[in-house]
Amino acid sequence: MTVNDRIDKATGDLLKRAVVTRFEIEELVVVPIFAVLIALLLGGLTMVATGVDLPTIGLSYASLLQGSVGSLNAISETLTSAAPLTLAGLGIALGFRAGLFNIGAEGQLLIGGMAAAVVGFSLQGVPLVIHLPLALVAGMAAGALWASIAGWLRAATGAHEVISTIMLNLISFRLVDYLLRNPPIQRPGRSDPISKSILESSELPALLQWLDPNLRIHAGIILTLIVVFVVYWLLFRTTIGFEFRSAGANPDAARYGGMRSGLIIVSVMAVAGALAGLAGANQVLGVLGRASPGFSAGIGFDAIAVALLGRGHPVGVLFAGLLFGALEAGGRNMQVGAGVSIDLITIIQALIVVFIAAPMLVRTLFPFAFAKRGNQREGS
Amino acid sequence: MEVELRGITKRFGPVVANSDVNLTIRPGEILGLLGENGAGKTTLMNILSGLYRADEGEIIIDGKTVDFDGPGDAIAAGIGMVHQHFMLVPVFTVAENVVLGVEPVGALDRLDIEAARRQVTDISTQYGLEVDPNAIIEEIPVGLQQRVEIIKVLFRSADVIVFDEPTAVLTPQEVTEFFGIIRSLRDAGKALVFITHKLHEVLEVADRISVLRAGQIVGEGDPKTSTDAELAELMVGRPVRFTVEKSPRKPGETVLDVKDLHVLNERDEVAVDGVSFEVRSGEVVGIAGVQGNGQTELVEAITGLRMPIEGTIAFEGHDITRASARERHRSGMAHIPEDRQRSGIIGTFNIAENMVLDTYYDDRYSSGINLRWPDIYRSTAEIVTDFDVRTNSVFSLANHLSGGNQQKLVVARELSRDIKMMVASQPTRGVDVGSIEYIHKRIIESRDEGDGVLIVSTELDEIMGLSDRILVMFRGRIVAEFEGGKAGIQEIGLAMAGAGAAA
Repeated sequence: MTVNDRIDKATGDLLKRAVVTRFEIEELVVVPIFAVLIALLLGGLTMVATGVDLPTIGLSYASLLQGSVGSLNAISETLTSAAPLTLAGLGIALGFRAGLFNIGAEGQLLIGGMAAAVVGFSLQGVPLVIHLPLALVAGMAAGALWASIAGWLRAATGAHEVISTIMLNLISFRLVDYLLRNPPIQRPGRSDPISKSILESSELPALLQWLDPNLRIHAGIILTLIVVFVVYWLLFRTTIGFEFRSAGANPDAARYGGMRSGLIIVSVMAVAGALAGLAGANQVLGVLGRASPGFSAGIGFDAIAVALLGRGHPVGVLFAGLLFGALEAGGRNMQVGAGVSIDLITIIQALIVVFIAAPMLVRTLFPFAFAKRGNQREGS
Repeated sequence: MEVELRGITKRFGPVVANSDVNLTIRPGEILGLLGENGAGKTTLMNILSGLYRADEGEIIIDGKTVDFDGPGDAIAAGIGMVHQHFMLVPVFTVAENVVLGVEPVGALDRLDIEAARRQVTDISTQYGLEVDPNAIIEEIPVGLQQRVEIIKVLFRSADVIVFDEPTAVLTPQEVTEFFGIIRSLRDAGKALVFITHKLHEVLEVADRISVLRAGQIVGEGDPKTSTDAELAELMVGRPVRFTVEKSPRKPGETVLDVKDLHVLNERDEVAVDGVSFEVRSGEVVGIAGVQGNGQTELVEAITGLRMPIEGTIAFEGHDITRASARERHRSGMAHIPEDRQRSGIIGTFNIAENMVLDTYYDDRYSSGINLRWPDIYRSTAEIVTDFDVRTNSVFSLANHLSGGNQQKLVVARELSRDIKMMVASQPTRGVDVGSIEYIHKRIIESRDEGDGVLIVSTELDEIMGLSDRILVMFRGRIVAEFEGGKAGIQEIGLAMAGAGAAA
């Protein structure tokens, strides 16, 4: 072998990717499964403690399953709930990657949804291929602008984004209320805060209504899948994402590498706000058909849990969004079918997050499910 | 108390950190445990202190085999460890820190802080470890904080004390004091282990030396008869040169021209106070000085990370005083930052991502906003091979590299592109001898290719070995200039201490 061959071989060896270890598979798959199981178990105990009898508990879980994946309608409901959670979750996950804790998705979602509604009911006689994209873009732009305020405050003055996004949430609630009570947004002839209905040309088309008019699933789920891919591409395949991730992992190193931290902070917030705004537009254009106070329904807050659960990775966020969507859809069915309060679903969601956030706890509780390993990590 | 480690083997997945290690620690003796970064010194001591469990082998104390189920067991058996990074509560007093976890209590579990102070003072006087028990930790210097760590260990009646790289954080003067302390502990009959990769320290203070390389004991040394060169060869596995081979400089055009530069630090105090100098192509200019005399701010101003308040910086004849860090990179300035962990690398990124940290936007690695990962990976693999960064894969996280290899990664990143000027701040801090030799060789090669090189270091040996011209910085000013190779260590040392700077 010549020297060059040896160097080529050494270089080639360096390019081999490490195999995924059993530990990583456990962390990504086994831990979440057991976290869900134990959360359901503790949820059952909660029901016992509140005086629900055993057959009813069984019935509730059966309806939870039935209502989330048990029928075509259930799956349609699950996906319909999952889409906005995933979209907003992606924005928050992107923020995590860049070291920003965006609590403002709820407000960004409201502002984005409002903008989508305004475009949705204002443009008469425009074909769907133009009207719908315009409405979606309006939602994203409004969400992006709203979130950029917090980004700009952070970059220019150092005001922490957690505080400023919370405050912007409060402002957005009242702002939306105000807009909904006044022309030109308020529906004519109504005194309560509600917007005009969007035109059909701006609706996200329903996908399966030709099968059954009750199936609510709409094109938003396809949009969501596309956005998952786009966010993945943005984060891991572009220079912009590289800057976002560098700034999040080590701001000093990012500065050393010649990246401009202020610009990055504002852009990250803008992209996160655009995604939350898109989630709002998705609700208005795909599900509600109009805007009303509190149409965000806490999605922006649940999305924080979705982003955490998805470990800040776009694909993880998609799965977490589907899980939360399933719990929500199943939870509604549980309330109807077994008469158990939907609040229980909130408890189960919270427990799942707690257990996934504490993988060591899950490992300790279910030692049989995990391979034994030497203690502690690699040392020097 | 005599401790014997017999046949210790420890694996982390496929990595063997320790392999069949035998070691005896005797009372009244300082054992120097020498090895490069990543040789397995810390792992071995973590096994001894109960943090890890060995896969094979046993620990024998005074003839009896023991089994540690955690650090608590090791402490109970009389083994104490002083970690490299101190484990102290910054807002607590010395006495509070010492008794933390084993507090003396009075009636109704009341904390008896008076007793704690008394006990701390007793230990202080017994071993000559002077420290005020009422001082707040964050207000005392690092050297004293280390004393508190030692008192903590003694307070838990340790007979065996392991020091993990204890001198890494100390100033030269504090090192001398520290040696006094461990000698007095030895004379008091304690068994001591001194982990380091600094040869002269172990030669100065140890009674017996064991050398660890790639997880195995490769040799023992007697400090009275061993030399630097022998120990270094044992550590690295091949002969090591301590002096840098270099030809006389051939200075060319002025590359960097700094005029009357004034820079403020974070607290808005003047850190650089009217500094002027120039660096020519093909020469190494070294800036010597005790840490904290404005070197950090000077380097940041030159590399575009901090804006000066007055004065100008010209690079190849162009004024770059207000240019961004990115513009300076692009025009051919390389920067090896002072603290690689803080700003030189991103630990949670892989080696390839770190390799393009300041070049990712370049045409070589991206088209538009699309990063071309296959090109980045291939190029990284070549650079890693070229610069001898020891790793199995370009996909390994930078965190998993040893300190020396992390630094080689930074040097490789900066020198692998086309540069005209290199600014290297503490280029070999915390790096093992093998890597120091290599990094120095690369810096001189860069000079010989016609780059201008500016080196800022607090290690006088490094400055004297590499520089063609030496500038000494004291309180933000350049107080002396020497021709490389002609100045004596005494003269430079005096200038660093501010002698003659009164004028």
